[in-house]
Parts: sequence; structure tokens; C-alpha cells
Amino acid sequence: MPETSLMTINMGPQHPATHGVLRLLLELDGEVVVKAVPHIGYLHRGLEKLAESMTYPQALTLTDRLDYTSGFSNNLAYCLAVEKLLDINVPKRAQYLRVLLSELQRIASHLLWLGTHALDLGAMTALFYTFRERETIIEMMELVTGARLTPSFVRIGGLAADIPETFLPRVKAFVAEFPARVDDYETLLTKNIIWKKRTRNIAPLSGEECINYGVTGPPLRAAGVLYDVRKAYPYSSYEDFDFEIPLGKNGDVYDRYLVRLQEMRQSNRIVGQACEKLPEGPVAATDAPLVVPPAKDEIGKDLAALIRHFKIMEGGFLPPRGEVYASIESSKGELGFYLISDGTNKPFRMKVRTPSFVNLGALPRMIVGQMIADVVAAVGSIDIVLGEIDR
Amino acid sequence: MDRCAAGEMLKNNFPEAVRGVEEFRGETTVTVDNGMLREIMRFLKEGETTRYDLLVDVAGVDFGGESPRFMVAYMLHSLKFNNRLRIKTRVAEGAALDTVSDIWKAADWFEREVYDMFGIAFKSHPDLRRILLTDDFAGHPLRKDFPLKGHDFDKPVTVCFDQEEEIS
Repeated sequence: MPETSLMTINMGPQHPATHGVLRLLLELDGEVVVKAVPHIGYLHRGLEKLAESMTYPQALTLTDRLDYTSGFSNNLAYCLAVEKLLDINVPKRAQYLRVLLSELQRIASHLLWLGTHALDLGAMTALFYTFRERETIIEMMELVTGARLTPSFVRIGGLAADIPETFLPRVKAFVAEFPARVDDYETLLTKNIIWKKRTRNIAPLSGEECINYGVTGPPLRAAGVLYDVRKAYPYSSYEDFDFEIPLGKNGDVYDRYLVRLQEMRQSNRIVGQACEKLPEGPVAATDAPLVVPPAKDEIGKDLAALIRHFKIMEGGFLPPRGEVYASIESSKGELGFYLISDGTNKPFRMKVRTPSFVNLGALPRMIVGQMIADVVAAVGSIDIVLGEIDR
Repeated sequence: MDRCAAGEMLKNNFPEAVRGVEEFRGETTVTVDNGMLREIMRFLKEGETTRYDLLVDVAGVDFGGESPRFMVAYMLHSLKFNNRLRIKTRVAEGAALDTVSDIWKAADWFEREVYDMFGIAFKSHPDLRRILLTDDFAGHPLRKDFPLKGHDFDKPVTVCFDQEEEIS
């Protein structure tokens, strides 16, 4: 019997395939992973603590920095929680625009994932294609929100502004051409024998295990479990849209890839429907004068409006005492905000339930017993963003 | 089963442990005694009529001067019945809560985070270490008496590579 010994290696925190500053302590028997311990927190900024020192409108800007690949969705989740606490209704036009933009954001996030995940596994070409379409989306986001990555565009009670006239034609053009683009990605990867060998039956996680670990989002649905917050607890008028939730079977890296590709097609459908059905009307609640600041032209004419604007910007507003939990289906899984209000203008406690944090917790279960080269595939397949893991 | 029924059912099954059932903005919150936490959680997860199989989140809260000082809230979701429930329990400073990480694996990291941020210990947790902060971090930052800027905000940073050599 030859003598064997285990080798311990550090993967990360500075490692291109960990998508940020994730450190994995791996114990290896040859090339097989025997034990894996993730170390996180390198990007911890104390967002939850900071939020306690800010008024509700101010804390919005913190949320952009959670999952920086889909800033818009984070804003939405936070605003939904505050709106639930205040019990205010958002006009239909704002709801539809929120859906439109967050689905565009989902596509952008999945495109970033697809490009980098394929790059991790040695398929470089996909990156050039996906970043082309992602750039188109980000330019559209910039047109509407003025920012590429950190929009802070969803505001409590609605949106910061209406869309410019040139926006919808560009979105429609994108919606028309995007399915053919997804076909292009599929020709590169879906039937590619090398891609299949690197992803099929790699890092599988059964539906039961996913539920036990609290995994949500594409990894859960790739294992065949139907749970999508957009269908389970429809928010922002998602019930008005016709779309399907793609499911996988085996819960491996390949199925996660297929699920995300299908999700992009479904998101594209939703964006198309939102363009068609977009109603006219205001983009911010009109019956909540203490929450939604008055429009710019009003401030110039009306002294009372000026005072109201100043009071909201300077001191925020006073929600009732109570606690709420609101969540959305972000591109990574269930993103939820748990807010406790003590009746003052600052949140008493803001807890962010970020999907990447929970999904990463299941990583050791996925990779123990797998080859070290497949760790990269597994990490990529969860689509983690360290900004929202470490908060 | 609708949401309100979960509160009633808990009241019937654990009359001595349920402290209150609240409804706010369509969400049900049940406050329970921490002594019966594990039994209640097991019942909620495994009961035929409850089936709260997904532990969505665990959040710690510090109430500062109040006694008991801390609260831990568990957000549950039932995939079968598609509804949510929040279970809250209070815990005093220095006391420990029972872990639920053997009921839901997801609780492992959640409880580590609560421990890290609030210093609330969990009995029989398999691996209770800090998760986001470094092992030598002093204090628990989400406690209300922890200063926003931290204890060492204006002190020079010292990075130790080993015992003998210090670079500041």
C-alpha cells in the first residue's frame, strides 16, 4: 500500500475563476476534492449597519452595490419592501417599466454570467458575443437611468423619471433580434462535445438537497423544483405577463446553463409584452405626498412644494411601526429585504437575504468528490457575486 | 392551508410556547418561546399540513436596552402550499439558542452570520465560527452599541505577517 497524503491548497481570494474575492480552502487527494471550506467576507462593507444610520431614501443607494451585475433588481427589491411597509400603491406604468427594466437587467446579468462561465471552462468565443448584447442593454439602461451599473432608478413610490422617447424603439429592436442571438450562443455551446463533457453530471445537486440548503434561482430550477418568486408571490404586476419558468432535470452544471439560456428567452418575451402593453400615466405614486418628492417644475412655482421636497430629501419620512419582508426573483435567486421600522425615519434593522450567499453555502456539497478542475465549473454555475455575499 | 391557520395550529399544538400571532401587511409572524424552538421548527417542516420546507432567511435583531435583548427571526416558505411564515424568538444576552441547522442545512451559514454580527451562540451548531469578519475581530458590529465607524476607525492599521516582523 503506497503512502498517500492529502494536499491543502488555497483557491483565491485572488483567482480569476472565483468571480471576485472568494477563497476556497481545498483538501485534495490527488486531483479529487476531499474537503472544501469557503471563506468569505473580503468584500464586507457593513451595508446592513450603514442602512441603520441612513433615512429610507438614502439607503437605496446601498442596494446598487449588492449584486453589481443587476443593480436595478436590487433597487426594486428594496423599494418593494419600503412600499409594503408604507402601504402605498405604485401606478401601473411604473410597475410595467420596473418589470421591463428588471427583465432587461436579468438578461444582462445572465449574459455576463454566460460569457465568463464559458471563458472559465475554456470556451472563449462566447464572451465576445455575449458582451456585445450586454453592452446594448447597458447602453439602454444608461439612456434611461443615467448610469451603467448603479442606477438607483427605482424610487420609493415609483421611478425617478419617465423613459425618454428614444428608449422604446431601441428596446423593440433589441427584442426582435435577441432570440437569434441566443441561437448563436447555443450553436457555440449547447451541442459542443467539449462543453458537454465539462458540464454534464458535474457538481450535481438534487432537488431535495437544494431545498435543504435553501438554494433558489436557476440552480434550484435546474434540479426540477418549480419555485420562482415572480410566480409564487407576483410583485410589480408580473401576473399580467405571460411567461414560463424553465426547469431542468439533473441539477448539474449543464442544466443550470440550459435553464439560464431559456430564462433569457422568457425574459425577452416579458420585455416585448411590457413594451406592447405599457400604459400611460404617472411613474410615481400620486397619493403619497409625504413619500414621493414633488416634480422639479412644481418646486419652482410653489413654495409649499419646495418645503415638502426639502423635508423629504433632508429628513425622509416616518413609516408606521412594524416589520415586513419583500422579495423578488433576481437573476441569482430570491433576493429579499426584511425591514423593521420603529416609527423613525431610519430603518431599525435591514436584513438582506441575498441569493448568492445561500447558494454558495451548498458549494462544498457540490464539489466534494469532484475533480479540482470541475470546481471552477461548479463555482461558475452558481453565478455568485461577492458584493451580495459579503454585503 | 392558508397563512393564518399556521398561527392557530401552532397555538393548538404548542399552547405553552406560542407568545403571540401578528398579522401585518398580509404577513403572519408567530412569536415563540426559545425553549421549544426545535420542536416547533421540526413540526413546521415535517407536518403534513404545514410543510415549510424552505428556510428562506434567518435575521438577528438587537433591541438594545430591552430584555431579553436579542431577537432571531426565521423566514419560512412552503413549496407545497406556497405560503410564507415568520417565526420569531427572543434570546437574552449571553444565552444560547438551539440550532436548527440539522433541520435545514441552510441554517448553518445563517446562524454563523447571526453569531458573527450579534454574538448570539447556537447550541450544537456543527461549525460555529465567524463567517464574514476575521477571526480576530473584536465585537459584534450589528449590535446597537457598536459604533458605526468601528472601534479602530482612527487608529493606524497594523498588518502582522508573523510574530517578529510587523509592518505598519
